[in-house]
Amino acid sequence: MLRIEGLTTSYGPVRALQDVSFTAERGKVTAVLGANGAGKTTLLRTVSGLVRPDSGSVHLGEHDISRTPAEAMPALGLAHVPEGRGVITELTIAENLHLGGLGRGRKVKAGDLDRVYDLFPVLGERREARAHTLSGGERQMLVVGRALMAEPSLLLLDEPSLGLAQRITAQIFALLRDLVAEEGLTVLLVEQNARSALSLADHGVVLNLGRVVADDRAEVLAGDDQLRHAYLGF
Amino acid sequence: MQQLLNTALGGLTLGMVYAAFALALVLIWRSTRIVNFAQAPMAMLTTFVALTVIDAGYSYWIGFVVALLAGLALGAVIERFVVRHVEGGPEINAVILTLGLFIVLHALASVVFGNRYRSFPAPFGIRGIEVGETTIGLTGFGIFTVVAVLVVMGLLVALFRFTDVGLRMRASAFNPEVARLLGVKVGRMLTLGWALAALVGSLAALLIAGGSLVHPGYMDSIVVYGFVAAVLGGLDSPLGAVVGGLLLGLSLSFVSGYLGSELVALAALGILMAVLLLRPGGLFAQAQERRV
Amino acid sequence: MKQRLARVWDASAGRHLLLALLGLVVVVLVVESVSDFRNVQLAALAYLGIAAGGLTVLTGLNGQISLGHGALMAIGAYTAALMLQDGEPPIPLLGIVLVSMLVALAVGTLVGVAAARLHGPYLAGATLALAVAVPGIALRFGETLGGEAGLRVRLPDIPEWVLDAAYFVTGSELTRSSYVAYLAWLVLLVTYVLLANLSRSRVGRRWRAVRDDEVAAELAGIGLGRARVSAFMVSAAAAGAAGAVMAFAVRLAAPSGFTLTLSLTLLAAVVLGGLGSLTGALVGAALLTFLPDVVTDAGRSAGLGDIRAAELAPLVYGLVMVAVVLLAPAGLVGTVRSAAARRRARSSRSGGGTTPDRRTTHTDAAPTGAVPTSKGDVR
Repeated sequence: MLRIEGLTTSYGPVRALQDVSFTAERGKVTAVLGANGAGKTTLLRTVSGLVRPDSGSVHLGEHDISRTPAEAMPALGLAHVPEGRGVITELTIAENLHLGGLGRGRKVKAGDLDRVYDLFPVLGERREARAHTLSGGERQMLVVGRALMAEPSLLLLDEPSLGLAQRITAQIFALLRDLVAEEGLTVLLVEQNARSALSLADHGVVLNLGRVVADDRAEVLAGDDQLRHAYLGF
Repeated sequence: MQQLLNTALGGLTLGMVYAAFALALVLIWRSTRIVNFAQAPMAMLTTFVALTVIDAGYSYWIGFVVALLAGLALGAVIERFVVRHVEGGPEINAVILTLGLFIVLHALASVVFGNRYRSFPAPFGIRGIEVGETTIGLTGFGIFTVVAVLVVMGLLVALFRFTDVGLRMRASAFNPEVARLLGVKVGRMLTLGWALAALVGSLAALLIAGGSLVHPGYMDSIVVYGFVAAVLGGLDSPLGAVVGGLLLGLSLSFVSGYLGSELVALAALGILMAVLLLRPGGLFAQAQERRV
Repeated sequence: MKQRLARVWDASAGRHLLLALLGLVVVVLVVESVSDFRNVQLAALAYLGIAAGGLTVLTGLNGQISLGHGALMAIGAYTAALMLQDGEPPIPLLGIVLVSMLVALAVGTLVGVAAARLHGPYLAGATLALAVAVPGIALRFGETLGGEAGLRVRLPDIPEWVLDAAYFVTGSELTRSSYVAYLAWLVLLVTYVLLANLSRSRVGRRWRAVRDDEVAAELAGIGLGRARVSAFMVSAAAAGAAGAVMAFAVRLAAPSGFTLTLSLTLLAAVVLGGLGSLTGALVGAALLTFLPDVVTDAGRSAGLGDIRAAELAPLVYGLVMVAVVLLAPAGLVGTVRSAAARRRARSSRSGGGTTPDRRTTHTDAAPTGAVPTSKGDVR
């Protein structure tokens, strides 16, 4: 589904990613783990076209998307939920969702929003409220719902659990699990909270200082004591 | 009493024009964090386009529409080919760039159209309307001014509230990066925003020009009043800009009527300084302080 | 002797003084060898140069922008004109320059205190309002300030000793316009020496620190407000002196002389020259003084009428201003200098020497964090 080969990205003189290669399988959850500054967010930003790589390639299915600008990604079926939630707080909940739907490149019908309201009833109750009135957990629901509006085949999630109560994280992870199982969604999940990420993921990639240091099935990573102590902190 | 009423009516009419101009500044500020000082000569240039059309024998209304379209095009071209290069850069570069454009457009108008005063027609009467025995300070053209500004504002509200393009434009202004991730072509939205702002600026210039004299510098002080009005409203809020414009129009009309017209610019300066020093977030700001 | 000279040269105050003396010699040579008409132009160059020098300190070194310097010049010019109503001023002309400077300083302090709390577009807008508002004062107090027509300036006779001294040095009679040109350039040289020394001093370092990074400057114990206000005061004083010289040269102080165009022109001069460089400000002022002749002639021969041809000059420097921001944000002089610094760095590196830090090689030409913006990340 997503094939990354030899990806190198820098910010000015700073190398943020160096020769990163791995594959995220269709219909699976792949977790990208690592400490702060390991290059996880840069990886997602490079994949979704916000940052241009110096070298290397990113393939989405058959498409080479390593030079595709970010705004063209939703039409290719890629949705990126950025770190820090990325709710547009000045817009209403309905407007945020509507905007997500526009990414597919066709008209949004009123019924399209109902699917998200079914998934997250709390959003449905307050659809005309401005998004800045939402709590952290509700914002996370909104951005996931907004990403789903574009009917993506690949979902990039950046630190969805950051700052959220355990209960809400679990709720969102459960939803992701359903979507993957029922609709064949592919998920690339960046997490600092390695334990809960590995509980959801099928596969894991560990980054350290911009390089891949481990790439294996989730159970294998979770079972590797040395790796856990060195990079995953649990 | 009658003078009071007439001064107020004149102030509200003028305030509508300031409101339109302030709105144009706010539209650009919201999306690109740039105060477009070149808005004045851009708008002035389009009135000269209208004047050329009208002098060629076409009707006022054709000139009017051509000027608005010229504004639309000029705004788009300037954003896409000039301003784009300083967006997101140091703010002083953007300020200097818009002032450079100010000089360029000013000089261009003088070279192409000459810099003498020329009279600009008005489609409606510019004499006060007679009510019984007395003449009140509201002219036919004044009514047209108010209506035209209200119509354009209504259309803008409809565009931003109820259309997909409007939603995309607002998203680009509030959070360009997230907008991009949702598939919005942010650059195109900024171009469109500048184009619309320039159109509103052109409208203001046409309304100032109607029934009066135009020359390349006739909008220079209007950009100051528009800026003051926009700051009164908080610079970020379209509604604030409109209210600020009306308040400023009223205030300046009273200064002009009771103290002397040469003090109008000085009064605007005083109002601006008072707002910036006492309520930097504008008259309607919530408690939080904003750095200006 | 050579060593002592080298030491004086190294101490920047001494270097500025030596440069100024050298400048004085050049001024005498130039003023004596050109026509009266050119001397009027030289005086114009001087007053634009003085005001631009003050503005470049404010904008280039302290990062504040001002579109109100035309208004501050007006204050200096009107002050001088008021003292020169009957051709018999109470004090010598240089004293009048000083008084004008002090009046502009007082007004500039007020403006500066308000401006210190504003930044970027807000400051530009507020000073723009100042530039538009100040001519109204002359209209309001028409009886004292002459209204629309303005105040005529009557210069006193040239003092005997000046005539004698000039004859002794140059061997020819001193004309009125060359007298004004000398006076203008004397004021310019003194102003520039003071500005150059100030910008090299602790005060100047503070201005730059505030420009580069407010938070860091504040942590280092620099009062942001005080640094901003002092920069504005110095800059306003220079504008006041420039206004007085302008009154001498033009023999008139009228609202039409202090339009928004003047303020924008001054900004154009400092941008053309490269923000923060006095040499640049002088080069910019020279461009503004001499470019119009050249361009207007070109326009006339291209078949434009006189009035329209005269507008070609602002068109050209407006275009150059836009081009400078887009292509060379350090300004013309700054770009040449950093190109030279790069060349030096390259040759010293190939010669095995150490690489000079480019920031220190042209500290006074560094723009306000203005770098060519790449379009990379923004969209």
